[in-house]
Parts: sequence; structure tokens; C-alpha cells
Amino acid sequence: MDLGPHAAFIWSAYGAVALVLAGLIAWLILDGRVQARRLADLSARGVTRRSESRAAAPRS
Amino acid sequence: MQTVTQRLANPTQFMDLSGRILPWLVGAAAAIIGYGLYLSFFVAPPDYQQGETVRIMYIHVPSAWLAMAAYTLIAISAFGLLVFRHPLADVSAKAAAPIGAAFTFIALVTGSLWGRPTWGTYWVWDARLTSVLILFFLYLGLIALRSSIEDETLAAKLTAILALVGIVMLPVIKFSVEWGNTLHQPASVLRLGGSTIDPSILKPLLVMALGFTVLFVALHVKAMRNEILRRRVKALQMAEVARAQAGQLAAAAE
Repeated sequence: MDLGPHAAFIWSAYGAVALVLAGLIAWLILDGRVQARRLADLSARGVTRRSESRAAAPRS
Repeated sequence: MQTVTQRLANPTQFMDLSGRILPWLVGAAAAIIGYGLYLSFFVAPPDYQQGETVRIMYIHVPSAWLAMAAYTLIAISAFGLLVFRHPLADVSAKAAAPIGAAFTFIALVTGSLWGRPTWGTYWVWDARLTSVLILFFLYLGLIALRSSIEDETLAAKLTAILALVGIVMLPVIKFSVEWGNTLHQPASVLRLGGSTIDPSILKPLLVMALGFTVLFVALHVKAMRNEILRRRVKALQMAEVARAQAGQLAAAAE
């Protein structure tokens, strides 16, 4: 593909977009995993939300 | 019968619904952007004036639109928080800020890289470029203000007020190309009288704009889910500390 004398500007622009979006996506995925792991750790220690405690409790 | 807004006001129901929708949003964004890139590089002709550099437009313009759309979303969310106390309004505003900042940054960088071969310079301090730079700083200001206040309720309210004040930037950006002396071209797609762009170039632009918009929605939904999880973690950690303190007090009383 020949993008002419200004190819470097075009590729740099697309590269910058790819870099920023990839960084944003990676950050969101990693952040989601961190929060899910913290929630799982708390749950493993018996710290759960009231709604979950009620659901887990045996019905009388 | 609950309305969609009422159902989404419940974070648990939002998590259920968004968890099901998110994979479809990601798939749709990837497919549309993939098709848009194919059109941009293999179908669209070079512009008669700008030559091949017109291909930067296919990423610059959607990013610039989303930079403004994200801020509009933040302002609407801020209004929803301050007026209606919608439980997810602040989650939405907080989640949209870094994504909006990223798209504004992309618009600035790609615009600069487009400007050098087109105008002969990377940057000029004209009304359009400067107002978009101010929008970028406004996003950073929203993020910094929120992170500088420990009390989340107070942080949410102050950030919402700043977001509503900052919305004045949107008409400034929109009309900056008409009010002042600028190198930036006037509106050529969203304008009275219709688009002035040739359909062969307009089609890839609109496809990329749609793809970027779906991607933005997917990113925003994911960021909202993360924020809801973060708030649950914080609430549980505080409950754990309170329980431990109550246990210590009870032990001391015996």
C-alpha cells in the first residue's frame, strides 16, 4: 500500500490511536480483574453483602 | 412494570444486563471498526486536495465527536446525580471521564499529525485547537478533583458541579470554527444543508464513527462495571472493619 510522501504521518496517527485504545482496554480489563479478585477474597473470608448473606442463609 | 431506567437504577440488575450485553458490544465494535479500516485504506480514494492524508480524518473526526459526546454524557450524568439522585449517575460520570480524556487526547494527536502535512504546522493557538485542549484539561481536572477528595459523596457532588459548569466548552468548540480566525475547516458533515463531503469519503467516515461509538459504549459499560465492583469492595471492607471493631469492644466489655 503506497500512502505517498506523508505515509509516516498517517501511520503515526493510526499507531497513536491503536496505542491509546489498547492501553485503555488493557487498563479496564486489569482493573476489572483486580476488583473481582478483591471481592472474591472478601467473600472467602466470609465478608459478603447483606443480600448474599440472606440468600445463603437457610430459610426457616 | 419497571421502566428500563428504573431497572438500570439497580446496580445488581445493571451488572446482570451489562454482563450479557458487553460481549455483543465488543464484537460489534471490532466488526464495524474492521470494516471501517478496510473501507478507509482499500476502498476510499485519496482526496483531490489533501491526497492520502485524508485517511487520518477517519480516526480524527470520530475521536473528536466522541470527545464531545463523552463530556455530554458526563454532564447528563452529573445532572442525574444532582437533581434525580440516580444511583448509577455518579458511576456513569466517573467511568466516562478517563475514556473521554483518551478520545480527546487521540483527537489532539491525530489532528496535529494531520495538520503538519495539510497546514504546514503541528499546532496553532487558534480557537478550535485551543478549546479542545481546554476540554482535555477539563477532563483531567474532573479526574484530579475526584481523586483529591476522600469523601466519595462530596467528591461526586463537587465533580458534578464542575462537569455542569464545564459544559460551556461544548458550544465554544462547536462554533469556534465560525467565530474566530482558524486554520481548521468548518463543519462539513453535521451542518445545515447537508454534508459537503463526497460519498466515497463520507461512507468510511460514518462507518468508523459508528464503530468508535459502539467501542465507546462498550468501554463505558466495562468501566461502570469496574466502578460498581470497586464500590462493593470498599463497602465490604468498611463493614469488615466495623465488625472487627464491634468484636473488640464486646471482648473488652466482658
